[in-house]
Amino acid sequence: MRELICICCPLGCHIKVDDSDMADLKVSGNSCPRGAKYAKDEVTCPKRVVTSICPVEGGEIQMVSCKTKDSVEKRLIFDVLREIRGKRLLAPVHEGDVIVPDVMGTGVDVVATKTVLRRNDG
Amino acid sequence: MIHHELVIVGGGPAGLAAALGAYEEGLRDILILEREDQLGGILNQCIHNGFGLHTFKEELTGPEYASRFIREVLERKIPYKLGATVIDVSKDKVVTAVSQEDGLLLIQADAIVLACGCRERPRGAINIAGSRCAGIYSAGTAQKLVNIDGLKVGNEVVILGSGDIGLIMARRMTFEGAKVKAVLELMPYSSGLNRNIVQCLNDFDIPLYFSHTVVRIHGKDRVEGVTVAKVDDHLSPMMDTAFEIPCDTLLLSVGLLPENELARGCGVELSRVTSGAIVDENMMTSLEGVFECGNVLHVHDLVDFVSEEARNAGRSAARYLHKEISSDAEEIEIKTSGGIRYSVPQKILRNGDFSPIQFKMRVNNVYKNVEIVLLVDGEPVARKIKQIVTPGEMETLLAKEESVRRIKEGKEVEIALRRRG
Ligand SMILES: Cc1cc2nc3c(=O)[nH]c(=O)nc-3n(C[C@H](O)[C@H](O)[C@H](O)COP(=O)(O)OP(=O)(O)OC[C@H]3O[C@@H](n4cnc5c(N)ncnc54)[C@H](O)[C@@H]3O)c2cc1C
Ligand code: SF4
Repeated sequence: MRELICICCPLGCHIKVDDSDMADLKVSGNSCPRGAKYAKDEVTCPKRVVTSICPVEGGEIQMVSCKTKDSVEKRLIFDVLREIRGKRLLAPVHEGDVIVPDVMGTGVDVVATKTVLRRNDG
Repeated sequence: MIHHELVIVGGGPAGLAAALGAYEEGLRDILILEREDQLGGILNQCIHNGFGLHTFKEELTGPEYASRFIREVLERKIPYKLGATVIDVSKDKVVTAVSQEDGLLLIQADAIVLACGCRERPRGAINIAGSRCAGIYSAGTAQKLVNIDGLKVGNEVVILGSGDIGLIMARRMTFEGAKVKAVLELMPYSSGLNRNIVQCLNDFDIPLYFSHTVVRIHGKDRVEGVTVAKVDDHLSPMMDTAFEIPCDTLLLSVGLLPENELARGCGVELSRVTSGAIVDENMMTSLEGVFECGNVLHVHDLVDFVSEEARNAGRSAARYLHKEISSDAEEIEIKTSGGIRYSVPQKILRNGDFSPIQFKMRVNNVYKNVEIVLLVDGEPVARKIKQIVTPGEMETLLAKEESVRRIKEGKEVEIALRRRG
């Protein structure tokens, strides 16, 4: 039995998932179907969007913010962060530019969430 | 002295949306003054996702949300000045600013929108015994150091306060390789969103202690630890429950305060509950032609509501300049009761404009199974049923045209929280 708090809306229902049979998960305590889907995903394969920063050289600011374009498996969060940390970028970087393609083989790209122009580029 | 029809103080989400709102109403002579060297306000340091769910139906990060508004402002060629700090606004709407580029700047404005955001309650506002050592930051300052300057703030962290910024920083510091040992919350509930407790604390097994506080900070040059105790019903620490947590960093996330020095300076009437101005449905303050919106008016948790409110304020400023609205009418005070701490707007003008009004409010405690009711002379004219309301989440109540007519024709107007069943 797993107990979860649904994060899909401010209500934050306390949900119970009977996972004695992984092929037939029984969800209770949710007030709506979204909660059931969240709970099942959370028990089988929890996923999160990861956001961080990456250093840029020669830019008007020193750091560019970035995110995984889609959610990735929760267990990979720290590997994804390590991949991002290993990168050195050169300005200019534009919002949406791919920083790490297909991070950790997830099929998801890490992209810049901000534009950083070259210093003195105006 | 130069002259502009509309001066907007602050280039955060509120200032940007106010400029766009004024532009939509046909106003062109607009100037935004921003003291930082980029537009976007506090969103620049909020690199996590979760912004704009209401407006864009997708979860953006802070910088992405800001850039959508900045792009619109640039496309419309709305003038702005960066590195320009407004130091005074006078009763007759002379705006004084200082900037590196222009030195001292005096601007006569016909209308002003104050959109200068809020700041964090400093350490002085809460009383903790202990030496004044390094390693103590407000959560927002730490957020700026980590996300903008790329600095590492600490290795072993304790966070006091479970508001959203504290929760977000717990995860952020964990991502940066720090060990967050505990988040302490004075109240028996968190003022942060549940989703943040799950995603930022539970995901990383960071313990959250409710009804706990820091009673002492240890260390001489740098924080070496904190003494923590449970508090009783009157929020006084019970020393027999005290225990120590070794750490080198303490983050304080103990609330936000609207930044209202400018409003105070020109005699705008402020609310003791929100620390922001008292406004009417046009977001106009007690000083004719001066408007407020965003976090300077009252602290918002969702930036979407900031943008919406500010667009409204900008539109109103333009309509005021076009002489379509004025504050020349009897004021109807909006009373609140039954656990509702305040409503914005706080007053409504008795005139013939029956456009819908969105009331925003906060409650003083956690209540379950309630309804928020708008009463005119004791009669409900709008209501909203809620399974749960909490102090951490702003509530809204829309009064449609017919309800607004009732308000403006009524005597006593009240927003009440009522238990159901
Ligand atoms: C540290 C912190 C973290 C936050 N994190 C989140 C979050 O994670 N998620 C969320 O939804 N909300 C968050 N918020 C709330 C969020 O800030 C608001 O939703 C939104 O940014 C408010 O917009 P604003 O334009 O009113 O204020 P701000 O974004 O603060 O913008 C105000 C602008 O005015 C400028 N200014 C102030 N005074 C002057 C002056 N005298 N002269 C010239 N310019 C001036 C400031 O430099 C700033 O750019 C956070 C707030 C703070 C303080
Ligand atoms: S189960 Fe439904 S109602 Fe409950 S928190 Fe999740 S989304 Fe909200």
